[in-house]
Amino acid sequence: MDTRDLAGLAAKKPRPPMILLGTNACGGNTISLLNSHDPGYRSMIEDLMDCRYNYLTMTAEGQMSSKVLKKTREEYAGEYILVVDGTVPTKSGGLYAVVGERNGRPHTALQAVQELGAKAGHVVAMGTCASFGGPFAAAPNPSGSRPVQAVLNRKVINVPGCPVNPGWIMGTLAHLAWYGEPELDELNRPKMFYSETIHNQCQRRHYFDNSIFARSPGEPWCMYLIGCKGPVTYADCPYRQWCGEHVSWPVKANTNCIGCASPEFPDGCAPFFEHLPDVQLPGIKASANRIGMLAGAITALGIGAHLAGSIITGRLPANLGKGFSLSTREKLISKLQQLLPKNK
Amino acid sequence: MKKITLNPLQRTQAPCSVEVTVENHKVIEARCSGVFFRGFELLMQGRDPRDASYLTMRICGICSAAHGTAASLALEDAAGVRPPYNGIIMRNLVHGADILQNHLRNFYLYTLLDYVRGPQLSPFVPGYTQDYRLGEKDNEHMLQHYYQALDTSRLCHELVALLGGKAPFPHCLLAGGCTVPPTADILMEFASKLKKINDFLDQAMLPDVYRLAEVYADYYRIGCRTPNFLEFGMFPETRNKGNHYFPAGVMIEGREEKLNPGEISEHLKYARYNGGPEPLHPGAGRSEPRPEKEGAYSWVKAPRYRDKPLEGGPLSRLWLKGEYRRGVSTMDRLVARALEAKTTGQLMERWVQELQPGQPVFTDFKVPREAEGAGLTSTMRGPLGHWIRIEKGRLAHYQIITPTAWNFSPRDNSGRSGPVEEALTGIEIANEAEPVEIGRVIRAFDVCSSCNAHVITAGAPARNLVILP
Repeated sequence: MDTRDLAGLAAKKPRPPMILLGTNACGGNTISLLNSHDPGYRSMIEDLMDCRYNYLTMTAEGQMSSKVLKKTREEYAGEYILVVDGTVPTKSGGLYAVVGERNGRPHTALQAVQELGAKAGHVVAMGTCASFGGPFAAAPNPSGSRPVQAVLNRKVINVPGCPVNPGWIMGTLAHLAWYGEPELDELNRPKMFYSETIHNQCQRRHYFDNSIFARSPGEPWCMYLIGCKGPVTYADCPYRQWCGEHVSWPVKANTNCIGCASPEFPDGCAPFFEHLPDVQLPGIKASANRIGMLAGAITALGIGAHLAGSIITGRLPANLGKGFSLSTREKLISKLQQLLPKNK
Repeated sequence: MKKITLNPLQRTQAPCSVEVTVENHKVIEARCSGVFFRGFELLMQGRDPRDASYLTMRICGICSAAHGTAASLALEDAAGVRPPYNGIIMRNLVHGADILQNHLRNFYLYTLLDYVRGPQLSPFVPGYTQDYRLGEKDNEHMLQHYYQALDTSRLCHELVALLGGKAPFPHCLLAGGCTVPPTADILMEFASKLKKINDFLDQAMLPDVYRLAEVYADYYRIGCRTPNFLEFGMFPETRNKGNHYFPAGVMIEGREEKLNPGEISEHLKYARYNGGPEPLHPGAGRSEPRPEKEGAYSWVKAPRYRDKPLEGGPLSRLWLKGEYRRGVSTMDRLVARALEAKTTGQLMERWVQELQPGQPVFTDFKVPREAEGAGLTSTMRGPLGHWIRIEKGRLAHYQIITPTAWNFSPRDNSGRSGPVEEALTGIEIANEAEPVEIGRVIRAFDVCSSCNAHVITAGAPARNLVILP
C-alpha cells in the first residue's frame, strides 16, 4: 500500500488521538517508529493518527506538554490510543522514572501509565521493554522495572521487539485506527506478526537441516551453533526485514538472532552466542547404541541432539570445516577423534 | 528571584529536567538532572563478555552504534585482538551512518522547532508563540527540510541495517570486527544511499544552519563557555593504530594537552549515590544508589578531568582537530554539528572506496579467562568509555561513562557546575512564561538522558556500580 492509498483510506476514517509516552526507555522504539518508510512519520501524523503527545518530537516542553496529557485524558476518554515506550519502574514508589511534575512533586511513569491507561481506548506496549520487561528489567532489575501489563488492570496489546520493527508498530496502529483491535495470541501479540518462529521462516533453514553451521559470526551458514535464538523466537524478521526499506536482518548480516522479541529477552536468551540446548530437531538416523555412546560426550560438550544426529550420520566430519562455535569446536574434534577414530 | 522548571524537557532523546533560578530576567543558577535510573552496569555483572556489545547498545536508541563500538573495543583490548583492515572500515561506516542519523535528528527533529514555527497540527502544537524570527518564506522552506530530514535520517538507518542487519542495535558491531562482507551489490547500494544523504547535508542542513546563524546571531553570545574540551578519538585509522580521523585530545582553558585517561575522576557530592568525599578514578570508584540523599539532585554523576568540567561533541572535536575555532556558544555548537556531519559523510564515501572485496571482515578470538580492557571512543555527543574486567571468563565489572554524563553533569565536589549548567548561567530569559532560551542552549549540546542514565561506577565490583538514568 503506498501513501496515496493510505491517505485515501484515512480520509474516510477519523484519526484517533494518540499519546506516545516514554517511560524508562532508551528511545529506540520511537526511533524505529521514525524509521517507517510507508507511511513515513509525516504521513502518520497527517493521515493516520492525531499524535497529540510524542515525547521525542513534540514542540511543547515542561508544563505545557504535561497539560496535553491531562487534556487528552479528559476530552478523549475511551477514544485515545496510549502507546508506551519503556518499562515502568516500581521501586521507591516509581521514583526511578519521572515524566514530569505535578503540584511541585514528581509525576512518576507509574502514575502516568495507570492514569492514562485507565481512560484509553486501547493501550499498546511498543517494544520488548513495555511488553515484557526487556533489558531494563534484566536481572537483578535494579529499578524494579515491570511491563505495562503488570501495572494495568486491562488488556494491553504487546508489540515486542528490541527495537520494534517499524512495520509491526505501524501495522498495529493502522489496524487499531481502521478496524479496531487486531487478532491477538495468548501473549496479546498481534497474530499477523508473531505467529511463526524465525527458524521456520529462515532463508538458511536448509543449512540447519543439512548441518552446515557457521563457526563464528560473519559466516554465511546456519547460526544455530553460535547461539541463534530463531527456533524459539516468534517474529517475521526473515520475511519483513529491516528497517523501513526492508534491506536486511540479523541472520542475513551473518549473525545470530538473539531473541529480542521474546518474552524472555534478554536473560532467557543469554549468553547470546551459546546455542539452545533443547531445540526440537529433525529425525536422527543411527543405531541406538552409537547414539548412546556419543550422547555422553555430546552432552558434556553442551551440544544438542541435532548435532549428535549429524555426527552419527556422518555429515558432521564433512562439514567440520564450515562448522561451529569457538572453543567448542576444538574440544569436539578431539572427542570425535577418540570416539570415532575411523569416521571420515 | 524566580525558579523556572522544565520537566520534562522534550525533544531530547529521553526525559530530563532542568531548573533555573532567574533574577531580573537573568539566570543566576542552573541545575540539570537525569530523571531516571536503570542500573545498566549492575545488570552486566556475570554475563558473557561477548554479550556486552548487544546489551549495552540498549542503553540508547539513538546512539546504539556508539555503545556497540565502545564495547567491542573494550573486549578487543582485553582479548588482545584487532579487527582486520576491512573490519575497521566497516565499523567506521556503521558508526558514521549512525552519527549522521543522530546529527540530522538532533538538528531537524529536536532543535529546529525552537526556531521555526511548525504547522497547526499535533504534535507541533501547542508550542511557544514568541521569538520566531524567520520570515514566512524562510520558515516554510526550513519546514520542508524538516520533513525531508525525516526521510534522510531514516536513510542513514537503512545504511546501518544494510551492514548491520537492523537499526537501531545493529548486529554487526562485535569484538573482532564486522560481519557483512563488502561485496559490490552492497557497496553500490550503500554508496547510492550515502550520496542522497550527503546531497541533503550540502543542500539543506548547512545552508539552514548558516541561515539560522544569521537570523539568530545573538546565539553566538548565548550559552558560552571557555574552551574546555575532551575527546577520546573517533573513527580509528586502518593503518596507524591509535590514530583517529577525529583525534583524541584535551583542551583546558584554551590550552591543548595530550589525553591521559588516568586524569578522569567521578564526583558524587550532588549525585544520588553513596560515596566518600574524594573523587575516584572510574577504575577505583564505587557507588551505590541512594535516591533520598540530601543535597543530591541528579542520577548523573559528575565526571571530571583533573577536576575540570570538560565538554564533548562536534564543536569539541572540530576544535581539537583545528578545523573550527570561532567560539564556544550555542550557535557554534549547531554549526559545528552540521560541519562534522558533512566531513563524516565525505569520509564515508572515501572509506567505501578503500574496502577490499574478498578480504576478511572479522577476526575470531577466544574470550580471555582473566583480563581487563578499556574501550574509548568519541561519538555523537562526546567521549564515551567502557571499562571492563573479566574474571573466570565472565564480566566481573562493567563501567560506562557517557558523553552526556560529561556535558549534563551536576556540580562537582567543589561546587563547580557542569558544562550545560555553566552555559545556562548568565543567559537572559525574555519571557518567563515562554523560556525558549533554555531549550535552545540545552539542545545544542544534544543532551541524551538515556545515555545519562546508565552509567556509573568504575573499578568496583559490578554489583556496586550504578547506572544513571
